[in-house]
Amino acid sequence: MKDRRFVRELVKSKQRIVILSFVVGIAFLFLVIRLWHLQILNADDYHAMSENNRLRFVPVAASRGTILDRAGKVLVSNRPSFSLAVIPQEVTDKEALLTLLSSLLGLDRTEMAERWEKSMGRAKYYPIVLASNISRDHVEIVEENRLHLPGIEIEMKPVREYTSSQLAAHLLGYIGETSEKELDSEGFEDYNPGDYVGKNGIERALEKELHGGDGGRQLEVDARGRILRTISESYPTVGNSVILTIDAAIQKQTESAFGDQAGAAVAMEVTTGEILAFVSNPGFDPSLFSGKMPADVWQGYLDDKRHPLENKALSGQYPPGSTFKMITALAGLQDNKINASTSVNCSGSYDLGTSTFKCWNKKGHGTTNLHKSLRESCDVYYYQLGEKLGVDKIAAAARAFKLGSPLGVELLNEKSGLIPTSEWKQKRFGKRWFHGETLSVAIGQGAVLMTPIQLVSMAATIANEGTIYRPHLVKRIVDADGNTLRETKNEIIGTASFPKESFRLVKLGMLAVVNEPGGTGAIARLYDVKVAGKTGSSQVVKMRDGKNNSKYQYRDHALFVAFAPFEKPEIAVAVVVEHGEHGGSAAAPIAGRILRAYFDSKKPPRKETSESKQEDEENADTEESSAPTAVNKPRINGDPAND
Amino acid sequence: MIDRRLLTNFDWVLAGLVMTVCLLGILNIYSATTPYKIVGVAYYIKQFYWMLVGITISLAVCSLDYHILEDLSYWFYGFLVLLLIAVLLTGRRSMGATRWLNIGFFNVQPSELMKIVIIVTFARFFNDFQEVGGLTVKDVLIPLSLLALPAALIMKQPDLGTATLIILIALSMIMYVGLRWTTIVTFVCVTIPMIWIGWMFLFRPYQKNRVLDFLNPERSRLGSGYHIIQSKIAVGSGGFTGKGFVKGTQSQLRFLPEQHTDFAFSVFAEEWGFIGCLLLIAIYFMLVLWGLNIASRCNDRFGGLLAVGVTAMLFWHIVINMGMVIGMFPVVGVPLPFFSYGGTSMITSMVGIGLLQNISMRRFMF
Repeated sequence: MKDRRFVRELVKSKQRIVILSFVVGIAFLFLVIRLWHLQILNADDYHAMSENNRLRFVPVAASRGTILDRAGKVLVSNRPSFSLAVIPQEVTDKEALLTLLSSLLGLDRTEMAERWEKSMGRAKYYPIVLASNISRDHVEIVEENRLHLPGIEIEMKPVREYTSSQLAAHLLGYIGETSEKELDSEGFEDYNPGDYVGKNGIERALEKELHGGDGGRQLEVDARGRILRTISESYPTVGNSVILTIDAAIQKQTESAFGDQAGAAVAMEVTTGEILAFVSNPGFDPSLFSGKMPADVWQGYLDDKRHPLENKALSGQYPPGSTFKMITALAGLQDNKINASTSVNCSGSYDLGTSTFKCWNKKGHGTTNLHKSLRESCDVYYYQLGEKLGVDKIAAAARAFKLGSPLGVELLNEKSGLIPTSEWKQKRFGKRWFHGETLSVAIGQGAVLMTPIQLVSMAATIANEGTIYRPHLVKRIVDADGNTLRETKNEIIGTASFPKESFRLVKLGMLAVVNEPGGTGAIARLYDVKVAGKTGSSQVVKMRDGKNNSKYQYRDHALFVAFAPFEKPEIAVAVVVEHGEHGGSAAAPIAGRILRAYFDSKKPPRKETSESKQEDEENADTEESSAPTAVNKPRINGDPAND
Repeated sequence: MIDRRLLTNFDWVLAGLVMTVCLLGILNIYSATTPYKIVGVAYYIKQFYWMLVGITISLAVCSLDYHILEDLSYWFYGFLVLLLIAVLLTGRRSMGATRWLNIGFFNVQPSELMKIVIIVTFARFFNDFQEVGGLTVKDVLIPLSLLALPAALIMKQPDLGTATLIILIALSMIMYVGLRWTTIVTFVCVTIPMIWIGWMFLFRPYQKNRVLDFLNPERSRLGSGYHIIQSKIAVGSGGFTGKGFVKGTQSQLRFLPEQHTDFAFSVFAEEWGFIGCLLLIAIYFMLVLWGLNIASRCNDRFGGLLAVGVTAMLFWHIVINMGMVIGMFPVVGVPLPFFSYGGTSMITSMVGIGLLQNISMRRFMF
């Protein structure tokens, strides 16, 4: 019984297989009929569509967004770059065409022939680039002779143009072709090999805003390669523009103030965190990175001991030296270890156990209180204070200033600096903290490291009496039509809470540095605005003996931080001159020029009618502002190691 | 361990047909990707590797007796449904849809594996279930709910193509088992209103667009209808003998979308013409008939059902992909088995071939 059912079932299923086979056959027959319809009956029509119409897809690369300064001055834009291309299928006489091209344009015939030969294996409908980056004159000649140049095309693509030559190279960054690694990583799904992508600086950090979306055009061209009509078009969307907080004029002044010296400077608005100038010197030519970099230039960048490719303002970490003394002073005031009248006697050195810690002034500062200790940068005062405080209290004050971690500027790879604690040393080296090290930390030496951005933030925070703004470079993002898409809000990232009185004492000390006799930073003085600042110089080599310091890489770094105006601070600056030796003589003049540029830019715009008169006034300004420098110089020279 | 008789029974026809399509596919991918700027290993080389991986998996599948699957089927089903849920919760987004699940070092598309698992599950279900005189409405309720759960999850990703295929595979197997007339009538009466509801409430705008474009390709020349027009121009302009290898204007000028994956056949049709298409269709036709032949020769119900399911999977892939390329079906992401570029499709299809080989080799074992 069961067997019979099994057999019956089997027979039935075999019948169904036969039916299924017929169904499959019919389905495939439909496919064949449809193919017959397309490929035999209508083949001519479709062939005409594909061949005679000469449809062509031309990818259109999106224009990258521009980068502007806060006033709308264009820093980076695009210019069209033209290349000469040929579509082999439309060429009947290759040799004649090449001869004609070389005689018309004066281009190297063999080079063009070589390029053509190299691409012969490709589809003959695909354009081959014969010469790239040709001049506008060449483009015009080709357009005029189109009739005699069948198959020749001019391809246009936008390339980056740095309108102010090398201004702010590190900040703006550069673009280059996407690397294989980038193409494989997340966020690059829409990129193709050969696309340009920001590699560095703002170009990289704001790649998503700047890039835009690529488009393409379906063209119908005639036998001579002339465009008959555009069949369809998907427009590339121009990338958004980035408006920076940078002021190009101040940026430029700052860069020229550095001259040949290596270093970094950052100027920031005290009440917003907007960065007005962001300089790393020496710079480089960003336009070279998106094209062919000449080998000798590249080698030159690599060999330069001033490291032009390094973004020192963002990633340079320097011992802050005496610019750190404000932090130590605030920690001391906070902990009641000192008050305004606490005095120590500086004999030129301080003994702790068997070691002797020297003040920069071998003759000693004599009786020194807080005000004098800042003005004349007395080390012994801070050795004694540091010893009383211990390293962890100094570190706590520094961390209240958000030092020791990145402040969150938009660029990638912002360094965190270092604020050592006893716990840190235990973890890092497995060793106990020594008292002697605290003394170094108290004057910003030893393991303490700060970036120029942190230095300027510290100065701004003191000026603000505690409020810490996030330093930022991007003011807003606008679309191609100029509509604001996003605006950076000023962001308070913390408060260094110390008593108002403590801040006042420290600020008065900083005012004295620039404005009182004996102050170490007199060069930064302005005739019309009260500047407060602090010099610093940080040892590059420990236990430097006097003879070795002539060698460039062993010289001290020179630092200067400042804010102005004293009463109602608007701008803070930080300057580091690598191996510049003395903050007062190397860094302070640069800070002075930055401040000068800032306050000049705030003057009412000159009227056209009284232009010449205004100019005279301005000349007078510069003379006057340099006048105190001249007067002060001998005095500074009198104290050779002014720090 | 492997029975000597198995080797003598190795199905060379099946293996030969599959290898022919694979090699034609690699040749075609070479041509289709010439206009691409390629970073790293060329697509046709990668496809060759995928073929080797596929063959290895296929041999592994046919070395174990397929009856093991009978016991494991529901476990597989449960596991795959869990994976599909996991994809919806954590999957990687790619081209607007969440289909991939990252398992450590590689990504898998559980929806693709579901094609095989639904075959195994249905084979198990109908093997256990002995009907007389065709399935009643009540009989199909359980298998339909077994189908609805994964289909809905895949639809949600959203992956219309795979969901449709799973439904078609399952329905094919139900038809093979046999339905009563009353069941068919009830089915039609229920389905039509459901499609209406689906259209109104469940379809994503792009899915609706594709259907509308299919009904009227001129609707949007640059949008999804554009793909169909360009593909038809490619196929039609191939004519009787084709334009020749690597000489298709449509493909070499990159008019075709996804011309090495879903539209690979359109490149082939342009370059090899009607003759080439006829050859490829003939091979596929033989492959499908051979699959049905294996089902017919198999003497146990489970094996027969499996073979029909796998054959249905191949059949629907072939018909939908080719139909899409020549403008008979809307554009859904369905690859042509062994022919389109892609590892996932290759592996799924090869697992299917492994099952067919398995059944074919063991037909004398009872």
